[in-house]
Amino acid sequence: MKQITKFAGVIAALTLVSACATSSGPDVDATAGADANAGAGPSGPVPGSQSDLENAAGHRVYFAYDQYTLTPQAQATLAKQAAWLQEYPETRVKVAGNCDERGTREYNLALGARRAEAARSYLVSLGVDANRITSVSYGKERPISTGSNEQAWAQNRNSTTTIESVGS
Amino acid sequence: MNRIITALIAGFAVVLSNAAEARVSIDITQGNVEPMPIAVPNFLGGDDSARQLGVDITEVLMNDLERSGLFQVIDQRAYIETPATVNVRPTFANWRIINAQVLVVGEVEELGDGRIQVSTRIWDVTSDEQLGAVAYKTPADNWRRASHKVADFIYKTLTGEDGYFDTRVVFIHETGAKDNRIKRLMIMDQDGANPVPLTDGLNYKALTPRFSPTQQQITYMALFDNRPGQVYLFNIETGEQEPLGTFRGMTFAPRFSPDGRDVLMSIERGGNSDVFKMDLATRRLTRLTDNPAVDVSPSMSPDGRRITFASDRGGAPQMYVMNADGTDQKRISFGQGRYQTPVWSPRGDLIAFTRQYRGRFYIGVIRPDGTGERLLTESYLDEGPTWSPNGRVLMFFREPRPGAGSALWSVDLTGRNLRRVRTPGDASDPAWSPMLP
Repeated sequence: MKQITKFAGVIAALTLVSACATSSGPDVDATAGADANAGAGPSGPVPGSQSDLENAAGHRVYFAYDQYTLTPQAQATLAKQAAWLQEYPETRVKVAGNCDERGTREYNLALGARRAEAARSYLVSLGVDANRITSVSYGKERPISTGSNEQAWAQNRNSTTTIESVGS
Repeated sequence: MNRIITALIAGFAVVLSNAAEARVSIDITQGNVEPMPIAVPNFLGGDDSARQLGVDITEVLMNDLERSGLFQVIDQRAYIETPATVNVRPTFANWRIINAQVLVVGEVEELGDGRIQVSTRIWDVTSDEQLGAVAYKTPADNWRRASHKVADFIYKTLTGEDGYFDTRVVFIHETGAKDNRIKRLMIMDQDGANPVPLTDGLNYKALTPRFSPTQQQITYMALFDNRPGQVYLFNIETGEQEPLGTFRGMTFAPRFSPDGRDVLMSIERGGNSDVFKMDLATRRLTRLTDNPAVDVSPSMSPDGRRITFASDRGGAPQMYVMNADGTDQKRISFGQGRYQTPVWSPRGDLIAFTRQYRGRFYIGVIRPDGTGERLLTESYLDEGPTWSPNGRVLMFFREPRPGAGSALWSVDLTGRNLRRVRTPGDASDPAWSPMLP
């Protein structure tokens, strides 16, 4: 669990870097990752921060190989996310679907979209306003575990919820 | 004897070209061809700079011939005779004695206006006959392309089929740690020369580029951090690019139709991916599949009548073929494992694919009716085949061992001649250009 949190910090920090860079290519929304790296203070996570979400609910749910159905465990985590999101009604989140490396790039992009949608629609079914959730697929392009074994692949088959903005 | 043909092809003037009926020839449809022994003395030149160009051109030419797997270039140190000019008939006995079957003699002439003329004759050493002659005029700094054109002429003279040496490859250049990979669009010559990055890799990952068959254009997918990835059109000459439509959901897996007028792609809506066709002139969108399963990786047959794609509507991903209007969708792969990334051959007779089976990945080919499946390669990860424009060679990317990083490889349709393709650093998602204009 500790390790997962660390990875989240790294990803959030990189997000900020890329959001500040400029390019002649496709435009990037400069608000990417805002507040996503709000860290834990000495007295625990800042309420409403990404760390708070991770502590209170867990920001990641996992899937079986080539599956996008939510396990009971995933449903429980998403229920906690939904409850947390009700506490912070201005907060907008991104739900990203991820896959392990044992599939082709294009198929995994489609599979990641299904995973993100499974998580997003479950949150919506629990009362979270659909307009507060952006869903994206990263396919196999953004593994959190760099290993090439069953354990790493299980980690990489996930849907990850990240705070996009804290609103108003 | 030498019919003079003058045709201007994008800066290339073909000034003489003559191909006789080949006595020696290579049958490239067979699985176990012995490479043909060929002698390629350095191209001649009238002065030092022309001679140096001749040496450089010969090196690129020999590399093309060797890499094709069809030729064994005889070591120059074994040559007994040094040709005097390209117009002198060689002493064939001097080439037979070193076991050459074919001799290539060439000459570089600087024309004084910044251009060079590269003249080449191909001799059949076994029958003492000229098989062909060609000369190209081109700007001097274009000499590498002249080499590739000579290689294509030799290939065509000896196999009867078009070559593929004067082509380019667009691919994804990869750097950085596995969990923070930077992926840039890059283009290079088919032999790995002249690599040029096209995107900076800063704000998005570039994925799955494909060449336009008719224009200096690429379509690819930009994968963003905070919004769904989108298909883009990239102009190679200007560097300008634009998204192909605006969609709430992800658009991905783009590929041009063979006439270059449409882009086929998958569009995701509410988590479900279907295949669509976009007319590039009107941007009009046509839905081709409507299925709750994943439908991805469309590729159109060269006659424009059918489309192959991958779908998991049967449980796991398998390959399907449908009419170009989306009707008559039929599954064509029934083997064990998972079949993905079908790509129709430019000759129309085969579909190349990625197959996953028991933890290994394979590149294979199958007939469009689902018969005649053949696997050509195998490794930890072999993915994403692309055809040479003559339909004889497949390029793909390979991660030989877990975590080893990926590289480009090529293999003949026969399954022979597996070779790594030179790239600057790690590479994936190759796409072969059509023959250059």
